[in-house]
Amino acid sequence: MSAGTYTPAPGAAPLGRMIVSQAAFETKMLLRNGEQLLLTVVIPSLLLVLFSTVDIVAVPTESSGGEGRAVDFLAPGVLALAVMSTAFTGQAIATGFERRYGVLKRLGASPIPRWALMTAKTLSVLVTEILQVVLLTAIALALGWSPQGSPLAVLLLLVLGTAAFSGLGLLMAGTLKAEVTLAAANLVFLLLLVGGGVIVPLDRFPDGVASVLGLLPISALSDGLRDVLGHGAGMPWGNLGILALWAVLGLGAAARTFRWE
Amino acid sequence: MLSEPAVRIRGLVKRYGPKAAVDGLDLDVAPGSVTAVLGPNGAGKTTTIETCEGYRRADAGTVRVLGLDPVADAARLRPRIGVMLQSGGVYSGARADEMLRHMASLHARPLDVDALIERLGLGSCGRTTYRRLSGGQQQRLALAMAVVGRPELVFLDEPTAGLDPQARRATWELVRELRADGVTTVLTTHFMDEAEELADHIAIIDAGRVVAQGSAEELCRGGAENTLRFTGRPGLDVGSLLKALPDGSAAAELTPGEYRITGEVDPQLLATVTSWCAQHGVLPHGISVERHTLEDVFLELTGKELRG
Repeated sequence: MSAGTYTPAPGAAPLGRMIVSQAAFETKMLLRNGEQLLLTVVIPSLLLVLFSTVDIVAVPTESSGGEGRAVDFLAPGVLALAVMSTAFTGQAIATGFERRYGVLKRLGASPIPRWALMTAKTLSVLVTEILQVVLLTAIALALGWSPQGSPLAVLLLLVLGTAAFSGLGLLMAGTLKAEVTLAAANLVFLLLLVGGGVIVPLDRFPDGVASVLGLLPISALSDGLRDVLGHGAGMPWGNLGILALWAVLGLGAAARTFRWE
Repeated sequence: MLSEPAVRIRGLVKRYGPKAAVDGLDLDVAPGSVTAVLGPNGAGKTTTIETCEGYRRADAGTVRVLGLDPVADAARLRPRIGVMLQSGGVYSGARADEMLRHMASLHARPLDVDALIERLGLGSCGRTTYRRLSGGQQQRLALAMAVVGRPELVFLDEPTAGLDPQARRATWELVRELRADGVTTVLTTHFMDEAEELADHIAIIDAGRVVAQGSAEELCRGGAENTLRFTGRPGLDVGSLLKALPDGSAAAELTPGEYRITGEVDPQLLATVTSWCAQHGVLPHGISVERHTLEDVFLELTGKELRG
């Protein structure tokens, strides 16, 4: 490189370009990561196909709407699971390791502001979710799913669900060690998969247990989606309220406790 | 130069719990210069540099970088500086070239990424992701990330730790090119030769304070005395020799025929000694001049080995 190559010419890129670049980069890292793909794509798809076609868990066809098909019960639950896998588990693990390996620290000295970095992370989560929803919806439709209801209600549920899970994921990633986050995020994913109304209906649990489980964000999301998509219910205000509360608590706690290094 | 220092630190104190990592440190960095912060592990080098980068808030004292407060004015300062952390800072699943391209995309007028990859020999990393790169490759990538945004000022925290001699030389060469193009560099190191080779200004720090600073030559001249030795006929009149020497010098016959002179050893003193010998019919042989190294200076100032 010739003389004058390094002559200072500092400056930040335009804010919009930084955010888009950061979001695209993080999405690329996520889609390249095998474990993340397993969590966000393979497991939800497999659950959907397997439980729709093989009678492993007795799906309450009577509660899934007129048609009574397993896929009508499963598709909304798996969509909720997809949101949780990306916004909570995936984001917690990725962010935890970014913190551990000094990526957040290094980016902290780059021109991108912290709020823009968090915006980019959210965008990356949303892009991933769109890809998941498209894929899972296509699979469910191929299995004979016939969704109903208001797209706006579905969108609101997905957005609030994303906010709720992001808050919890970032809370974990910003306070725990990366290895602990990895283990805990996977464990929580598994527990909520079973206990959150995704594949096992909550009414299979004893009444007291079921009413507590119903307050979990995963239950609120899967139950809300099922009401709208399965029964064509109106705005599921109760479930939206639960998700909004989790979002406020989770994001608030994460913002107060997040450690960048 | 009358221009404002690129970095100005006054009375910096940074505590971790009851222990002060930095304890009243003063430092000025001239624009366009290379400044080495030299000291043993735990001396407070990284804490000092990370305070300049805005990662740490000073408990007392003031820090100004390019005239800005690194914490309060972070948004304005960050685009203007380049940072190389002591380790890490890269997505473990990213390849060297894409990480560098991403970092470039956050700047308005970045360097040509391909040329920089070529310059630092990062082309051989190919499709290997960061976690599988060698330590040397990781170091060079971190260095590339520090300069890709064409900063005015770069902070390099132990830029050559763990590098083989060839890679160290390549890093030194880049620092020299930065200086030639007007970039200010602040680096930490615990290698004396690195400070001596690269730096216009060296600040020796120990226990969180600057114990001496100046150019390598100034540091080696001041503080420690230098020594001239020669061998000649035993029993020379040392008193007469001493009279010919400037004030503050000392002369002694250590063992019969082995003479030592200490003091300000400069060309004039050497000439004085040889002419005194000529006047007294002495043929001195084995004349040697021992200049103090930075290591001696450091040892004298702190009582510690630099690489302890």
